[in-house]
Amino acid sequence: MNSLLSLRDLTVLRGACPVVDHITLSVAPGECIGLIGPNGAGKTTLLRGALGLLPAMGESSLAALPARDRARAVAWMPQAREIAWPVTVERLIALGRIPHLPHGARLGPADRAAVEDAIARMGLDAYRTRTATQLSGGEQAQVLIARALAQETPLLIADEPTAGLDPAHQIATMEVFATLAAEGRSVIVSLHDLGLAARHCSRLLMLNRGQLVADGPPAEVLAPARVAEVFGITAFYEDTGDGPVFQPMRVTR
Amino acid sequence: MKLATGLILLVAALFVISLVIGVAAVPAGQSLRALIWDDGTPLAVVMREIRLPRAILAALIGAALGLSGAAMQGYLRNPLAEPGLIGVSGAAALGAVVSLQTGLSLLFPLALPFAALAMAVLAVLLILVLAGPRGSSITLILAGIAISALTGALTSLALNLSPNPFAAADIVFWMMGSLADRSFVHVWLAAPFIAIGAALLFSLGRGLDALTLGEDAAEAMGIGLKGVRLRLILGTAAAVGAATAVAGAIGFVGLVVPHLLRRAVGARPSALLWASALGGAAMVLAADIAVRLILPDRDLKLGVLMALVGAPLFLHLIFRTKREMA
Repeated sequence: MNSLLSLRDLTVLRGACPVVDHITLSVAPGECIGLIGPNGAGKTTLLRGALGLLPAMGESSLAALPARDRARAVAWMPQAREIAWPVTVERLIALGRIPHLPHGARLGPADRAAVEDAIARMGLDAYRTRTATQLSGGEQAQVLIARALAQETPLLIADEPTAGLDPAHQIATMEVFATLAAEGRSVIVSLHDLGLAARHCSRLLMLNRGQLVADGPPAEVLAPARVAEVFGITAFYEDTGDGPVFQPMRVTR
Repeated sequence: MKLATGLILLVAALFVISLVIGVAAVPAGQSLRALIWDDGTPLAVVMREIRLPRAILAALIGAALGLSGAAMQGYLRNPLAEPGLIGVSGAAALGAVVSLQTGLSLLFPLALPFAALAMAVLAVLLILVLAGPRGSSITLILAGIAISALTGALTSLALNLSPNPFAAADIVFWMMGSLADRSFVHVWLAAPFIAIGAALLFSLGRGLDALTLGEDAAEAMGIGLKGVRLRLILGTAAAVGAATAVAGAIGFVGLVVPHLLRRAVGARPSALLWASALGGAAMVLAADIAVRLILPDRDLKLGVLMALVGAPLFLHLIFRTKREMA
């Protein structure tokens, strides 16, 4: 099976201290992967190191690619939601086509189709002529997810894409990711909402102090003892008739 | 497309107006005829040796300033950025001032612009060392501020130590910026640098568009940020350094022109590049026409007029922004 991302002993140092500590994993097509862990666990650093945006030791199949090829292999939605100029939503989403366009070329039919597909998936049709900088924070997040979708890469990596979204849009966004996985593409999302992670991801990566402490299906990764140790909480977890439900309950420390 | 046509027509019209305006009051048709057919009259000499290079320089320098302003704002993602920010225009001014102060400028006709260019090159090298090969836009801003402050202080020192009031007056007048009494020698000196600078800056469009989403996202889209920054620094330095070397310090063009045109191009940084080049050319041509019309016998300086027009224009932009945010 060809993997979309493989890390071997990926380590990122800040000073002498490893923020990401010897992480080995691989991502196959068709996975919707949630990256979870408490604040400061190294989630963002792991993702940026894997993308080659940070100097890292060890191996990352993505970081090893030339920049142009990498941009066609993976789309990245950073946590900082930056939209510098008052461009229209449609134009902003079309920026995702930059890696596919030859120098100085205009958008072709395939590019337009990709933009339309991204707009349709995120339900942004009514927003296409709005000015992106004038949207609310949650709406901007959706537009930026659509921008990453328009890149049409086999792998999508998003850093806390659901932060600041209302419940309906959180669920809709996770369903978009699950649909991508069902179509054979893969998604890695870092999440703080463990309930969303439990319900919508096919696989969870749990990070604590830079180390990968668990990697597997949600029910396994979210074992009560591990959740207590890593997050310092107790939680309610049950596989109901309507899918798994995970609800954090109390702080234990 | 409409905007491009409009701007090109505007630049062309202002170019022609700039050609037919001058100390010698001659009908426009006769002037233009003398420009095209060298009939050996003094008018032909005036047209070909004085007015034509002046109009060409105005267009070239305006384009250089507008283009580098748009590129700088796009790269720093800040509408308040301007080409002077990296300290190159300050350094070029310092070179010119030193050559005036030491009398070097009297040695041969191009001594002053050469000194200005040499100092601009020195400033670029210093920026590249200070800002480092890696690093974000913030190190570039800091390096630029340091160099601007240093060149400003040294320029003041040169004024402070000027041997006599005439030398001081010379320096002050030069720093106000002007296109009066320039010849084709100046055009041939500035044009190659501005052309190289423009080629570098126009190549940035794609990178600047991607930077709309921030440095991290742009890099992940395959944009080499190091290359973008290097091309920005070298391009701005070549264009603005050469412009300052032949015309002195002309402010506000690089700041105001991208502002005025941003909305018209849908805020796309790549489209703003060529629009600002044309808009800058139009603005400097218009200002150079105005200095000749308003006070023909007092040698009103181009840089002064630009600041007088630019400051209120900028205030207007502030009010417009405030209205939009309300």
